[in-house]
Amino acid sequence: MEAVITKKIFDSDKVRKDFPILQRAAGGKPLVYFDNAATSQKPNSVINAIGNYYKNYNANIHRGLYSISIEASEAYDKAREKVREYINAREAREIIFTRGTTEAVNLVAYSYGRQNIKEDDEIIISAMEHHANIVPWQVLCEEKKAKLKIIPVNDKGELLINDYKKLISPRTKLVAVCHISNSLGTINPVKEIVSLAHEKNIPVLIDGAQAVHHTKVDVRSLNADFYAFSGHKMYAPMGIGVLYGKAKLLETMPPYQTGGDMISSVSFEKTLYNEIPMKFEAGTPNVEGAIGLGAAIDYINSIGLENISEHESALLNYATDEISKIEGIRIIGTAENKASVLSFVVEGLNALDIGIMLDTSGVAVRTGQHCTEPLMDWFGIPGTARASFAFYNTIEEVDFFIDALKNAVRILK
Amino acid sequence: METKTIEEIEDEITEEFGFFSDWQDKYEYIIELGKKLKGFPEDKRTDDNKVKGCQSSVWLTTGIENGLIIFKSDSDSVIVKGLIALLIRVLSGRSPEEIINAKLEFIDKIGLKQHLAGTRTNGLAAMIKQMKMYAMAYKAKEQLEHKI
Repeated sequence: MEAVITKKIFDSDKVRKDFPILQRAAGGKPLVYFDNAATSQKPNSVINAIGNYYKNYNANIHRGLYSISIEASEAYDKAREKVREYINAREAREIIFTRGTTEAVNLVAYSYGRQNIKEDDEIIISAMEHHANIVPWQVLCEEKKAKLKIIPVNDKGELLINDYKKLISPRTKLVAVCHISNSLGTINPVKEIVSLAHEKNIPVLIDGAQAVHHTKVDVRSLNADFYAFSGHKMYAPMGIGVLYGKAKLLETMPPYQTGGDMISSVSFEKTLYNEIPMKFEAGTPNVEGAIGLGAAIDYINSIGLENISEHESALLNYATDEISKIEGIRIIGTAENKASVLSFVVEGLNALDIGIMLDTSGVAVRTGQHCTEPLMDWFGIPGTARASFAFYNTIEEVDFFIDALKNAVRILK
Repeated sequence: METKTIEEIEDEITEEFGFFSDWQDKYEYIIELGKKLKGFPEDKRTDDNKVKGCQSSVWLTTGIENGLIIFKSDSDSVIVKGLIALLIRVLSGRSPEEIINAKLEFIDKIGLKQHLAGTRTNGLAAMIKQMKMYAMAYKAKEQLEHKI
């Protein structure tokens, strides 16, 4: 184990200097930020890209004939191209900028869903979905008198694929599951999930909010029909996200919101819609967000996704071993295939109390249901404390966290 | 024996917390208070008595003795229980009028407002609201009885 944890995948100290917030203190102690599954911190290159946009070429895009508007439009389009390349989509027009994963899922539920889901149809989701991949489908089902079917999980927090196979029926019109669970860290066999659905010509949406910055996502190899993710979890700003959709699907779908930029001509008698992706981007878009997302992708590429995954796995394995030594600890989510999320409960203690006590040591973790209330109900727990790691976290921070946790447990018991 | 006013009790609490220089010590004290708070009847741990918080549950019951409101409360979070103990110390055994008018400035003074009361996670704000609502209900009831 020693070999694994001391191996330098990249220079942590150097990487940490890229993130100004990691230099600050919390409650008089160095900040140990272990809430990366909620949102990631931002490197200087992203912060500067946004600053640079506002300082030098802020203008509304796709309209102005003057130079700074052209520069801003080019930067926005270039960001779309960077996203395309990052997830290996066939064409840039398959990349729709949204506010985040939530809006991306809502877009599909509203547009594709309202067009294609009929009474008695079925939509399959899983028991480990975030509320953002439950509620839009639930609302759609209520409206259309359709049914929501749930893929169950086992005690380890893994999807039961045989049950999924049985749920697929002639009534199934869509499958929507997460790539990586935000509260358990489980990496789902999404390729298999997609191919099983495709055998029956059922389209699949993958919620990739927790995945795109942990593992290489290739939407063409995955063959997902829709893939949704957020910028802010991948070192980009808040308020920008992506819906990838296969062009042939996006082209047939009606607009989600209407207004400027999504039209090709407007008269009081009839409006003609623009081509994709503009058809789904009504109004002035989040230009700074898209530019920030492009800068974040450049940054990730400069570190290397494989290096990121390897370091995060080392942190998870080490933290899992160390936390297991604490009496009364129960790890929630023990899947064989797991990303850097460590959810746990301590026998007899409330997760909220653990979170507060860790905060007094400067350690930021998330506590509660993690927007996965049905999953917590399934595990029979009110919530968990969750430490989630990013590549800028270190083994020393894990040690500090474990000590702080031991101290918290001692005080609380 | 002269009973202390709500403000006097609040001042006492503020002074007690003044001894602690860091948050960990403050919370250790709160946890200690939480552990000592006992005697909530098991059969009162019902959904009807639950004050909704996102990450912890709080149960609250009230009774009236000689025109004074008695609060009993419990939580599954020991820190929230400690905060409850402080609220009970300030508000229990008071007249409806006193409870309604209590400003509860000690929460801000000891720094807890910034840390806890502002969030929806622990139900502290909801609990204070609930306590004041009971006081208002008792006051309204009293006024009605006087009229009759």
